[in-house]
This record gives sequence, C-alpha cells and structure tokens, in this order.
Amino acid sequence: MLPLTNRSKVVVKKEMSLYEKIYLPAVISGMIITMSHFFRKKPTIQYPEQKREFSGIYRGQHVLKRDENGAERCTSCGLCAVACPAEAITMTSAERKKGEEKLYREEKYAATYEINMLRCIFCGDCEEACPKEAIFLTDRMVIPEYNRKSFIYRKDILVEGIENDKRIDVTRRQTPAVIEFKKHKEFDHNRL
Amino acid sequence: MTLGYIIYKLILVVVVFAITMVIAMYSTYAERKVAGFLQDRLGPNRAGPFGILQPVADAVKLFMKEETIPSVSNKTLFIIGPALSLLTACMTGVVIPWGKSITIFGESYPLQIADVNIGILYIFGVVSIGIYGIMIGGWASNNKYSLLGAVRASSQMISYEVAMGLSIIALIMTTGTLSVGEIAAQQNSWHWNVLIQPLGCLIFIVCAFAETNRAPFDLPECEQELVGGYHTEYSSMKMGFYLFAEYINMFISATVISTFYFGGYNMPFVADYVHNENLLTLLGVAFLFAKIFFGIFFFMWVRWTLPRFRYDQLMNLGWKVLIPLSILNIVLTGAWMMRHEILNVFIK
Repeated sequence: MLPLTNRSKVVVKKEMSLYEKIYLPAVISGMIITMSHFFRKKPTIQYPEQKREFSGIYRGQHVLKRDENGAERCTSCGLCAVACPAEAITMTSAERKKGEEKLYREEKYAATYEINMLRCIFCGDCEEACPKEAIFLTDRMVIPEYNRKSFIYRKDILVEGIENDKRIDVTRRQTPAVIEFKKHKEFDHNRL
Repeated sequence: MTLGYIIYKLILVVVVFAITMVIAMYSTYAERKVAGFLQDRLGPNRAGPFGILQPVADAVKLFMKEETIPSVSNKTLFIIGPALSLLTACMTGVVIPWGKSITIFGESYPLQIADVNIGILYIFGVVSIGIYGIMIGGWASNNKYSLLGAVRASSQMISYEVAMGLSIIALIMTTGTLSVGEIAAQQNSWHWNVLIQPLGCLIFIVCAFAETNRAPFDLPECEQELVGGYHTEYSSMKMGFYLFAEYINMFISATVISTFYFGGYNMPFVADYVHNENLLTLLGVAFLFAKIFFGIFFFMWVRWTLPRFRYDQLMNLGWKVLIPLSILNIVLTGAWMMRHEILNVFIK
C-alpha cells in the first residue's frame, strides 16, 4: 500500500533490554514527572468567586441600541432576520406617528422584535448585516430558564435603557477593522 | 492480669480502631487531593476549608443512598462479603507496635495491643482471610463481572502472597524472630532492615501493592473490562465498606512496611538529645506516623503515575520474577549468614 504521507513509521516490536525489563528506572522517572506536576501552579479558576474575563469580541446576548438622544436605532428593515442562518429573528414594523420622534430615530420602527435564544447560534451575522448599527452582540450571557417560552427575548429585554447608566457598552465589538470600515462614508452603511 | 491492665488494653484497642478509621476516612480525601495535584488540578475544595469535610459529606451520601440487593443474589453471603472485608482489614492493627512503652506512676504501658510471638504469621493469616470478603461478595452477587473480578482478586492475591511470604522469610532469617514487636525493637536508631534486606523490601512493597489491589495491580476492579469488578452490584454503605476496607488495607500495609523495613517507631540520632523516656516514646509514635503517611502518599503517587498491568503481565511478574527473586534473596541471605562456616570449608 502506498503511504499517504511520509510521516508514517514501521512499528518494530523489539525485545526489551534488561534495563527496560527491570521496569524500575522507568517507574522512577515516571514518578519524578508526576511529582514535578505536584508542585506546579494550578490553572484552575475558582468559578463562583473568580470569573474568567471574556474575550474582547465575545458574542453573547444581543442588545438593540438607542442613539445618543435615546431614540431606537432599529428601522425594522429585516436584514438581520434575512442574514440569520438559524432563523431566530422575527419582527413586525410600524410607522412612526407625530410626537414619537424622541422614541424612534426614523419613520419606520420595529413594533415587536423577537429573538429566539434557543435557535440563535451567536454567529454575529445580524450585527454585520445591520445598516443602522442597531443590533450588537454583547459580553452578557443568556441566563438559563426553566421553559422554552422564556427564551424568546422581546424588546423589553433586548432594547437598552434610555438612562446613561443603563446603556450597554459595545465599543469592544468595534474591532480595528470595523472602525477602519466606518471611515468610508461612501458606503450606505456609514451614512447618517 | 489486673482490672487496670484490661481497661488500658481496651482503651488502646479503641484508640487504634478510631485512628485507623479516621486515617482511612481521610485517605479517601487525600487520594482525591493527591490525584488532583498530580494532574494539575486542585481536588475537592468546596466542603469546608480546603475541602476537609469532604469525607464526612461522602459518608453521609453513602449512608443516604438507596440500598439494593439483587434478587438473584445469595443474600446472606452478599451481606457477609463487605462485613468480612472490613473486619479483617481492622484486625491487622492489633499486633503492630505503635511505639515503645509509656511510663505513668512507675507502671509501664507498652503501645502495642498484643505482642503475639508469631505476629507475622498472624498478619499473614488475617490478610489471607481478607480475600474471602472479596471472593464471597463477588460470588454472591451472581453477576459475571463481579465473579470475574473476584476470581481475579483471589488469584492475584494468592500469587503475590507466595512472593510476599518468601520475602518475609529472608527477613525472619536475619531477625531471628516472628514477633513484630521484637522486629521493630531490633531496628533501633538507624539499623533499619531496609539496609540489610533491600531486595526483600522491594519485593515486599511490590507485593503489598498487589495485596491491597491498588494500581498498577488493581485488576479486580478494572473499570474498562469489568465495570466495577467484585463490587459492581454493591450500593450504598456496603460499597462504602469495600472502599473503606481498601483504604484501611493501604494504611495497614504502609504501617507493616514501615515497621518491618523502615525501623517502625525508631528514630536515628534523636535519643542522643532527648532524655525524657515518655517524650521519646511519643516522638517515636509521631515518627512512625510520619513514615506511614509517607507510605500512604507513596501508594497514591504510584497509583496516579503507573498504568494498570495486563493480567498476563501481572501473573508473569508474580510467578516468574518476584518468586524466583525472593528465593534468590533467601539463598543470598543464608549464604551471608553462614559465610564463616562456608569460608572455613574452603580454607580447610
């Protein structure tokens, strides 16, 4: 048979020498190795007390952002739902009425917006598809629940608060590549 | 034999029993802790500070668990099995000299429950009965895996008992006594038997691993092949008894090894500086326990280093290597003891 790679070696079953047959030298060297591990620093993280820091671009629970005036950025265009490979996102849209300019940034907004967190695979495609920088994945975990219904997140959970202290920081999702991309005002995405 | 003497012996029995139990309990904790540390983990550390309440939690868990006795099993023997295992494990401590004697108000109290003049034979006898616990339990379960585990355990222990006995014969030849107390007393200061009988000591330690069914000779409970071995069908505290017996056996083995070969309660050079007899005795007890703890640690260290032997390798090692070696050891010891007579023959 032709070898697929040149890394394969023919196994030789040779007789053990007397030194190997005694076993003891090998046993002692093995025990020295395990003993060296005994005094090694343990990499354990004591979970509830210590928490490991998330990676800067961790993709966790979504947030629907508001702009600096507190108006929702989402225009219910549906690009995120189209981009979603798991079909986790659904929404219905409504037209902004007079006097709601403070609440919604543009004339159209999402009346309902649902993400099924059981379907979501946290790929971040929705975030990439969004032309209004409305949806972001954050470093928050999706909290375990007892029933499936609770995992359908609606706007009450997804939209961030108006108050300054309730805003969700997404600057960590703005990788250098994203910031570089945003400088190009010729793209539709970066206007407005 | 006065009443006071009987009371003192009873107290000693209770104390030795309690110490054995506590050490066996904490061996389970130490085992997991040592395993953790040798594998770059931390081991149990949630129950109490550093997890020192872990054995208590384990015991409570075992007591609370549902007790199942298979309907096809032999119920009497099924219950006798673990009981016998634990009983024989606890019995060996009787002849161990835990220290010299303590003198209180002119009365001397030796720290040994019974200085039987055939102590070594007693230990061997009791250890041999220990096999029955495993055999009976495995057979009474009426389960193929249990039976195979029990058969393995008994054949392994019988094979290694031969080599163990032969290695002890060489020791008896040099010490000239079967009394454990005397063997310990003979090794005063640094005259430890390991220096006189290094080969015998090595054989004895290897056999002790096999006798206690510890890795690398833990074939009776080889998980990959036999599920749980002889205690597959056991649950709740009955299984706890088997595990407990294993840890007591380990403790007793460490004690016997340190008494036979590593000087028991004897400390080198301390007698030159400490002159209070009672203090010296207590220091000796502490020293013996230090040796025992190291012995137990050594058992665990080996367990988490070496992989398990294959069954034919195990039998090869027992019958084709250890037994001839121990016979050679006996011959060499005899030749050394008779060296003057032998030389005389050649000179004449």
